Amino acid sequence: MIALSRERTRHLAAVAIVAILVFAAPLVLPPYVTFELAFGGAYAIAILGLIVLTGNNGQISLGHGAFVAIGGYTVAILLQRTALPIWAAVALAPAVSGFVGVLVGAVALRLSGAYLALATFALAVTFPPTIKRFGALTGGSQGIALTSLRVPPFIAAFISSERLLYYLIWTCLALICALTWYLLAGRVGRAMRALRDHEIAAVSFGIDPVRYKSLAFGWSAAYAGIAGALLALLTSYVSPDTYSLQLSITLLIGAVLGGLGTLWGAIVGGIVIEFLPLWAQSINPAATSIVYGIALIAVMIAMPAGIAGTLTRGVRPRPATPGDRWDRTASGTCSAANGAAVRPRAEGTSRRSS
Amino acid sequence: MSKHRGLRSVVAVLSALGIAASCVQACAADAVPGVSDTEVMLGGTHPFSGPASAYGVIDKGIQAYFAYVNDAGGVNGRKITYKDLDDAYSPPQALQLTKQLVEQDHVFAIFNSLGTAVNLALRPYLNENKVPQLFVSTGATTWGADALKFPWTIGFQIDYQAEAIVFGKNIAAHAPNAKVAVLFQDDDFGRDYLTGLQRGLGAIGILKSESYEVTDPDVRSQIETLKASGADTLLIAATPKFATQALVAIGQLGWKASTYLTDVAATHTVMRAAAQGGGPAATDGVTSATYLLDPANPAVANTRGIKLFKQLLAKYQPTVDPTDFLVLYGMAVAYTMVDTLKRAGKDLTREKVMDLVAHIDERDNPFMLPGIVVQTSPGDRFPIRQERLGRYADNNWQPFGPIIDARK
Repeated sequence: MIALSRERTRHLAAVAIVAILVFAAPLVLPPYVTFELAFGGAYAIAILGLIVLTGNNGQISLGHGAFVAIGGYTVAILLQRTALPIWAAVALAPAVSGFVGVLVGAVALRLSGAYLALATFALAVTFPPTIKRFGALTGGSQGIALTSLRVPPFIAAFISSERLLYYLIWTCLALICALTWYLLAGRVGRAMRALRDHEIAAVSFGIDPVRYKSLAFGWSAAYAGIAGALLALLTSYVSPDTYSLQLSITLLIGAVLGGLGTLWGAIVGGIVIEFLPLWAQSINPAATSIVYGIALIAVMIAMPAGIAGTLTRGVRPRPATPGDRWDRTASGTCSAANGAAVRPRAEGTSRRSS
Repeated sequence: MSKHRGLRSVVAVLSALGIAASCVQACAADAVPGVSDTEVMLGGTHPFSGPASAYGVIDKGIQAYFAYVNDAGGVNGRKITYKDLDDAYSPPQALQLTKQLVEQDHVFAIFNSLGTAVNLALRPYLNENKVPQLFVSTGATTWGADALKFPWTIGFQIDYQAEAIVFGKNIAAHAPNAKVAVLFQDDDFGRDYLTGLQRGLGAIGILKSESYEVTDPDVRSQIETLKASGADTLLIAATPKFATQALVAIGQLGWKASTYLTDVAATHTVMRAAAQGGGPAATDGVTSATYLLDPANPAVANTRGIKLFKQLLAKYQPTVDPTDFLVLYGMAVAYTMVDTLKRAGKDLTREKVMDLVAHIDERDNPFMLPGIVVQTSPGDRFPIRQERLGRYADNNWQPFGPIIDARK
């Protein structure tokens, strides 16, 4: 029997309040904001993948846009060419992207730090031209329009397609958050973090680096694939231009801005990368990248551990000690108070690349 | 305590959104969205950042022309506001911004958003909501060809097929014994060209065609194959980078073919680079086609259109390069937009505008070559299907011959 500590009570209260807000948001917001929040939720799922990979396993990926693309194209091609229902196509997307992710992870074993970043960057660079190359399957540069997407009339009578997708995406996000939290708090998460912090020590304790590093890549890519599938449903359209290099970079920006050390970072990061460019437009549509860049720099100076990371660490009584917030202690409570919420993102990788 | 803080940030973001949104909802839509007695509001997206940001200057041309019209009293007493946002050439981004323009800003119509992929992503949404998608900035054939399915969408510039028909007709008229070779990009753009060329050539037919992929490093081997086929006429349906490579290869191989180059790649940048790499033989005498005046060509500097163009830029957009044809294109499409609003009269509705853009007969667009007619009918929703050929000589495109109509 696990007694609820104050810490856990607060945590549950926070989750409950956010859940209520997320549920209520589309009821009070206009449809286009609901639509944008749905994008934010999908980005959050992809960022969650980066929190697994970079935050917990210390591997940097600048190529997650490619996994998002694989998810999107899997759904688009399946819906265009087969009679599969939408849910089945969406469910297959992470399987495909996760499989590719494991393969990439196996290759990435030999690389770390900046080298790994560059290798995954190459993935993001080459993916859009590759899509164009197989035009018969992918529709080439014109992409694929998901014209078959129709909400059944008996559902459409109750809920608009924006709200339906919004609730679908945020429910997915909630389930994935719960799953991630559970796995990261257990043996798998500990093994991955041990490899991040000191590979040699971890190996000498019997942790298999091949297995866990490939697993982290596949796991993370599967999340990106789900995000890609949901984004494809949202836009009802996929094309090589949808998955530009910028997408991969934006996802990493979201993970860093949100905070790599906490799952809240994914939600904050997803919301930020969705709304920051839109906000920059309203400041000055002719200089969006400048406004965007300045905002990024400002946040990183003020909150070096990410928005969610810094806000949760700011009041922490003790400085960084080993162990992350999601490690369970012997008593079974979440040990938020005993460890650093966030490890600066470079730490896990710079050590290994030296 | 700490978790509480993390939560607080989320709450803050969400509640801030809530406040912003409720204000938006309070602003109720007019009877006709975006139209008041004194204003008509249009929206659109162009890439001001990202890989295609060079196209962003089109906005400057559009804004300059609208400012000029507004200073002269507007259209039917209404000033035109054009809210143009940065989509970074990303279809999802463009769709979100367009929803915002339609649902928050209540724009009357979406005007001249740029990019084939972007407009394909917008088209179902805009048509479902019966919002005009006017004069989109892309040369794909689908805007005119699929008008029955998407009646709220219309293109503007000459489509790839029509341009290839123009080339084909010219070859058929002046070189009936030509042996024609084609280099084309293996996608919709290239294939549209191939289809159009076949139609324009008619009985002559294509002797040899070679394709390349956008992932190919070079197209020299394709040019060698085409040369070896014995062809004496070559059409290049390639994007700028590959067109440059093709021209350089032609110059270096000393192939004396009569060469036709797609409008897409007939820029001064391409021609200068090709002349540098392949010598003057690579570019001299190359034929292309256009429907617009060329602001970089001194020969047309005294036309009404170029004078107006330079005058408006000096007044409203003094920092913009006055030789950039993309800026001129912006003015040309803005002219047709203003023309359409004028014809709609005081009583402006979305339905009326869609009816009007299916009945265009505009003969006086000053930014186009004299004689070009912007023309549509309910059965032909391709506004521009005419071009005039131009030959590259003395570092400029020199127009020659009559206007060729792809319709006839």
